[in-house]
Amino acid sequence: MLEVSIYRYNPEVDSEPYMQVFSYDTQGKDVMVLDVLEKLKAEDPTLVFRRSCREGVCGSDGVNISGKNGLACITPLSEVVKNNKLVIRPLPGLPVIRDLVIDMTQFYAQYEKIQPYLINNTPAPAIERLQSPEDRAKLDGLYECILCACCSTACPSFWWNPDKFIGPSGLLQAYRFLADSRDRGTEDRLANLDDPFSVFRCHGIMNCVQVCPKGLNPTKAIGHIRSMLLSSAT
Amino acid sequence: MVKSVTSLGRSGLSDWLLQRVSALIMSAYLLFMVGFFVLNPSPSYEQWSGLHSSLAMRIFSLLTILSIAAHAWIGIWCVLTDYITVRLIGPKATPIRMFLQLAMIAVILFYVVWTLDILWGFN
Amino acid sequence: MANMRTMSFDAVIVGGGGSGMRAALQLAQSGYKTAVITKVFPTRSHTVSAQGGITCAIASDDPNDQWQWHMYDTIKGSDYIGDQEAIEYMCKTGPEAVFELEHMGLPFSRNDNGRIYQRPFGGQSKDFGEGGQAARTCAAADRTGHALLHTLYQGNLKNETVFLNEWFAVDLVKNADNAVVGVIAINIETGETVYVKSKATVFATGGAGRIYASTTNAHICTGDGIGMSMRAGFPVQDMEMWQFHPTGIHGAGTLVTEGCRGEGGYLVNKDGERFMERYAPNAKDLAGRDVVARSMVQEILAGRGCGENGDHVFLKLDHLGEETLNAKLPGILELSRTFAHADPVVEPIPVVPTCHYMMGGIPTNVDGQALTLDDAGNEQVVEGFYACGEAACVSVHGANRLGGNSLLDLVVFGRASGLFIEKQLREGVDLKDATEDDINRAMQVLNRINQSQEGEKASVLRAELQTIMQNHFGVFRRGDFMKEGIEKLKALRPRIENVQLSDTSNAFNTARIEALELQNLLEVAEATAVAAEWRTESRGAHAREDFQERDDENWLCHSIYLPESQTVAKRDVNFTPKTREAFEPKVRTY
Repeated sequence: MLEVSIYRYNPEVDSEPYMQVFSYDTQGKDVMVLDVLEKLKAEDPTLVFRRSCREGVCGSDGVNISGKNGLACITPLSEVVKNNKLVIRPLPGLPVIRDLVIDMTQFYAQYEKIQPYLINNTPAPAIERLQSPEDRAKLDGLYECILCACCSTACPSFWWNPDKFIGPSGLLQAYRFLADSRDRGTEDRLANLDDPFSVFRCHGIMNCVQVCPKGLNPTKAIGHIRSMLLSSAT
Repeated sequence: MVKSVTSLGRSGLSDWLLQRVSALIMSAYLLFMVGFFVLNPSPSYEQWSGLHSSLAMRIFSLLTILSIAAHAWIGIWCVLTDYITVRLIGPKATPIRMFLQLAMIAVILFYVVWTLDILWGFN
Repeated sequence: MANMRTMSFDAVIVGGGGSGMRAALQLAQSGYKTAVITKVFPTRSHTVSAQGGITCAIASDDPNDQWQWHMYDTIKGSDYIGDQEAIEYMCKTGPEAVFELEHMGLPFSRNDNGRIYQRPFGGQSKDFGEGGQAARTCAAADRTGHALLHTLYQGNLKNETVFLNEWFAVDLVKNADNAVVGVIAINIETGETVYVKSKATVFATGGAGRIYASTTNAHICTGDGIGMSMRAGFPVQDMEMWQFHPTGIHGAGTLVTEGCRGEGGYLVNKDGERFMERYAPNAKDLAGRDVVARSMVQEILAGRGCGENGDHVFLKLDHLGEETLNAKLPGILELSRTFAHADPVVEPIPVVPTCHYMMGGIPTNVDGQALTLDDAGNEQVVEGFYACGEAACVSVHGANRLGGNSLLDLVVFGRASGLFIEKQLREGVDLKDATEDDINRAMQVLNRINQSQEGEKASVLRAELQTIMQNHFGVFRRGDFMKEGIEKLKALRPRIENVQLSDTSNAFNTARIEALELQNLLEVAEATAVAAEWRTESRGAHAREDFQERDDENWLCHSIYLPESQTVAKRDVNFTPKTREAFEPKVRTY
């Protein structure tokens, strides 16, 4: 039997959060962490977590699994169980609503701040705007972000300043638009990032890179933003 | 865009650049000093004061202390705005942070003035 | 519920997936006060899982491509019960809708000339089936749905749409004239119940694949719009038509895009034989999905399945080379390594037909207006009520949807609904206010669930329902077996209505949401079961062992399930496209 320790907190009942230990029969199978959560919820319907696609593309079920942020649906037990123990907590750094569900308002607010949409006021052609495969390739590793918040909530800089530092996820998206050959908002975008907090609170800790379930590299994108700021200033 | 009156530079970029440039100057100074002590394992007073009497060396030293000042200020300012914030410790954070920042400025100024005094001597 | 809060909007869209956000975008752009009620944060909607692309005649791959060819393919794919006027509208308007998405920033893959990359998909042809395989599916690698959904969300942010994220719509509110004047919704985070009043209510609630035990659909695909609509007494159309996608990963159910076969992958049985050459000599692995899924099941039943239990076949991709796979199908590599423990670069993926798409839904016209039948059986528009996307049956997919047509359906008809509502609002909408009784009626289910302390657990009942559907209404169907399934569902109904809600707290109570979703699943399952047993022929995805032939004389029609009488009626298929003569039914071979 696997020992599963889960962070529990219901604001209407509990004065403070606690860890509840469940046991789970793996039947020798290497299932995903989400499968474990689903099974436990079937037995205890009060256990609360978010989930949707269960295949790692919707970004709902980001949780902290045995100390590392990740998506429950694509994290197999074999990767995270140590000494027959599994510990599941909500993503750190943001307020907890209930059990494993966090309040992501600040995370989304940072995303909205970077103007996450194409800016191009030139009249659109009757067909698509053309883009070379080389220019399109610059968006690879950027557009795939699923907004799961695993990276930003693993980032100490975001823990300390979630209201001022955009965080790895938002910055990855900022660069996704800066790097898009169809975008005309570069100047405006850079001007909005050139303060001591938005970008420059990144100290290259690289927790974001380590935890990203899609294998993306926000630190590299942040480096590109810095270079763009630098070359636009000189 | 996040505005902050107490950052040193005009922008995050200038702070960031200053941090890098000052680090380079400090590293160069450190390397130079290490080199000096390797060549002169136990320098005499004449060697030591001779080194520091040239104008070029004095400017190098001055640049280094200014680099230390800027580097320290930006670094400490970052640390203070990370940890001593209303979000983390409540409304008392602002006066505490202001006090610590002023204290830091005083210490930095003191060291800069002292270095100037050593290098050029006011009396 | 006298003290219940009311929120008022010009338009309310229920569902934050592709079609909902496309409709919302249209309305927000024109300045109407628009809200999107969505039970998950919008980018968590199931559109995000669409992989292969959006099929549309933008004439990039082939400069001579014509939307009429796409129309022909779609009608043939639908096994001739797709409405030709709607299909014509979709294929003709498609390019405009796709270019709009591109202008909004959707990161489509590109050809060397800078135009959008298009890949071949099943059922696509040139020159009305005479010119060989076409490549008409516009793709953003194999993450087109993700790219599309995020682009639409971003467009809505830009246009300041109001999002009621993590709100769950419970039931429709109807006024004295049987018009829809909003919905009852729960704010999941706080548990507050609100009457969301609106001049136009759009259901973009997606599919209901979770009625089956094995599905490519997300946990959230529980047919909420269908359930609400049926409880309000409105009919649903073609509910027997469920698409089984040929390539769901064996065991996990996760989708492997048809784009794999578009890029040159193919299916093999345990002997390594490319068996689709026998079933569809011309199109082979790119025949219609219904054809491929059935062929796979036949292989498995004939003892030529792969694996220890011989219960799946293999999708072979390794011959395409690592470079192509990395460039064109990077997401599939990830999924296969994670869920099948197979690296497609060196070994085949174990796949099996898996429930994927609901062709049926709320019947609508091309403007997204929901339709009902009056007492005399005549078609009638439901004032204030609209549907688009998978929840709607407009019907462009008929008995079998072509790959890549769902994304097109949702942007074209999300947009069309938005445009029409915009026009309605400009001209002025005057609906009677709901009375307290009207609102209380819409609260009945929620009140019942909230007080249900006895009963069985939702998880147990849901599993039972899914097993019944899987066993009795799968890829192949038989009358006696379906009758048995219907009886089982009948017996299940009182138990599901009496589902236990042991957690009565307010804050983020997902047990309450799951209990409500279960009610919706039941409605969908029942409509599916009854309509499937009723249609005594084989057509498209509806394959009966006891009626193996298509029967145009009796069954060239839609099914309309009437929830109040639990009976099924026939509805004529539209054969009057506006710009050309209709495509007449022919024998469907690939």
